[in-house]
Amino acid sequence: MSTLEIKDLHVSITTEQGTKAILKGVSLTIKTGETHAIMGPNGSGKSTLASTIAGHPRYNVDSGTITLDGEDVLAMTVDQRARAGLFLAMQYPVEIPGVTMTNFLRTAKTAIEGEAPKLRTWTKDVKAAMAQLRIEPEFAERNVNEGFSGGEKKRHEILQLELLHPKFAVLDETDSGLDVDALKVVSEGVNRAIDAGGLGTILITHYTRILRYIKPDFVHVFVDGSIAEQGGPELADRLEAEGYDRYQVAETASA
Amino acid sequence: MTELTQEHATDSKAWSQDFIKGMTEEGESLSEINPESGPLGGSAAKAHSHGGDSHGGGVGVPDSSRAGRLTSYKLADFPAITGREEDWRFTPLKRLRGLDRVGIKGQEINGPAPLVEFSSPDAVSVETVGRDDVRIGSAGIPEDRVAAAAWEHFSEATIVTLPANYEGTIDDITTLTLTGQGDAPAAAHVVIEAKQFATGVVVLDHRGTAVLSENVEVLVGDGANLTVVSIQDWNDDAVHASAQHIKVGRDAKVKHVVINLGGNLLRTTPSARYTSTGGDVEMLGLYFADAGQHLEQRLFVDHSTKHCKSRVTYKGALQGDSAHAVWIGDVLIRAEAEGTDTYELNRNLILTRGARADSVPNLEIETGLIEGAGHASATGRFDDEQLFYLQTRGIEESVARRLVVRGFLNEVIQQIRVPALEERLRESVERELAATPV
Ligand SMILES: Nc1ncnc2c1ncn2[C@@H]1O[C@H](COP(=O)(O)OP(=O)(O)O)[C@@H](O)[C@H]1O
Ligand SMILES: [Mg+2]
Repeated sequence: MSTLEIKDLHVSITTEQGTKAILKGVSLTIKTGETHAIMGPNGSGKSTLASTIAGHPRYNVDSGTITLDGEDVLAMTVDQRARAGLFLAMQYPVEIPGVTMTNFLRTAKTAIEGEAPKLRTWTKDVKAAMAQLRIEPEFAERNVNEGFSGGEKKRHEILQLELLHPKFAVLDETDSGLDVDALKVVSEGVNRAIDAGGLGTILITHYTRILRYIKPDFVHVFVDGSIAEQGGPELADRLEAEGYDRYQVAETASA
Repeated sequence: MTELTQEHATDSKAWSQDFIKGMTEEGESLSEINPESGPLGGSAAKAHSHGGDSHGGGVGVPDSSRAGRLTSYKLADFPAITGREEDWRFTPLKRLRGLDRVGIKGQEINGPAPLVEFSSPDAVSVETVGRDDVRIGSAGIPEDRVAAAAWEHFSEATIVTLPANYEGTIDDITTLTLTGQGDAPAAAHVVIEAKQFATGVVVLDHRGTAVLSENVEVLVGDGANLTVVSIQDWNDDAVHASAQHIKVGRDAKVKHVVINLGGNLLRTTPSARYTSTGGDVEMLGLYFADAGQHLEQRLFVDHSTKHCKSRVTYKGALQGDSAHAVWIGDVLIRAEAEGTDTYELNRNLILTRGARADSVPNLEIETGLIEGAGHASATGRFDDEQLFYLQTRGIEESVARRLVVRGFLNEVIQQIRVPALEERLRESVERELAATPV
């Protein structure tokens, strides 16, 4: 079992207007096998947390720690973090010109495993995973995310989750922009990854809708850069009914 | 399907996916131009002096139309280049080291021509001939002052002949290695002829240091199938203008490949013309511009006969300060060229800040009776977000960069289909990447 531990994390960004504090003391401990939902209104800092865990250079960590089984994650480069077992499914996956999905997936798998996957089984695994996520085979030869619809991009993020077998996955609003059918397909993919075992999941979402398909063990409500409340799945039900109003933000959490 | 994007990606951070639908159609203004002239402009064009005309576009012809551009073997017919001409507006004239000013204020072009060495299959002949050889001038007429200067001043030409019915394979290629002999302005002339039904591959491999203006004539006989690859892998200080004139016979196919890698300023101007029906031109280009390099490729496909085809695919990567690539793709479908099928594409990938790509497709259509005509042009940027994305998948920065560039350029390399060359080009690309100044 592994543990990802975030302690009193303060994060800011530097803009033309100066320094802006975004995360104001976030603490969160997550173990493999657990699923944590992080819910919160727009602009509360959810993506910032996700990007900081992954190591995006834009975000300055002013204080606090992130450790993976005691190892200092903040000292690692972005690719080292991925090889250590962290995975980020992005809210806005990036288009990469010139690189086919096939090439990209094989290169990523090789980087993470430290050796090239056996071609035969790998090809089979990729095909099967694509089929389960209802991704058409021709996407294998398309450039990464190039010209993909929002839903197609999200499905490809989950494809990578399923193929790369991380220890911890941060899924940043994987549900947003999906219609119900796509949401089901994507949720099934996440559940398969969870059921396969050995995965801790941080499910970032604005809405409660996805929690009908993916059951969280813990729910954390994120408001203005810190966790305002936490509890079990019942907290999500409450948010569905009441929205984020009682945290004094005019936003609705229900779908 | 036509898409057109002209993005000068230096001014926007994001790699944009915008494809602006559109097409350049200027057929109306073209119909009266040289109505009787053949694919080479005919004898009238050779005899006609436009020396007094201050516009590079010729007499009474809109500058925007490619059909009206002056062609002449005589240097004196071309006015001095100012840099404001459509044809020259992207070229840093100062860096041409005099090639643009031959005949003006005593500027000469009499340096030693590149040393030509060759390897070829027995059946293919490679000859060195004098200026008076009758085969010189059979495929093209200079279309700019720099090419005319070379035409007027070269002393010997190299002629490669693939005999009729010769069946060369992709492993059995002819290679001319042209090694520059220093930085005195020089002129060179090469003629490559594939006789009727000949099949084969000819490679021009330019290296060393040179300030060179060169004319390459490519004659593709009826039913022939010729691949010509022109590699420019000069030393960093080289300046090279290469006008490559391609003449395609009936039912003939030519694959013309331009590889621009090394040199300070490279200006490659391939033009293809058809003599009859059923001709097929495939133009491929690959360039990799580093800091300080100016790589310019301007091509022209002149559809003047029925039922011919052209496909153009040029891709370039750019990195480093002041790396500059220019791609101009002029395709003209004349009124008589019914049944034409053409598509041209240019893609640029900018790897670092400070590099700039100009990409201008220009399709002129004088007849509606065509199979298809389209173009696409886009300039993308490899940016920090893309790098971050790849790194979050465990991929190291240097590997990520390579992955992107290799993938991007591979599309062209694969289409060359000459195994020995593909290998060499992959290595060259790796070398360019290893030199990344970031
Ligand atoms: N790269 C950035 N540049 C400028 N402001 C940013 C950037 N990233 C985040 N912010 C600001 O930080 C706050 C939190 O944003 P974000 O983490 O994206 O929130 P969420 O994902 O919860 O919607 C917002 O006010 C947002 O405008
Ligand atoms: Mg967000």
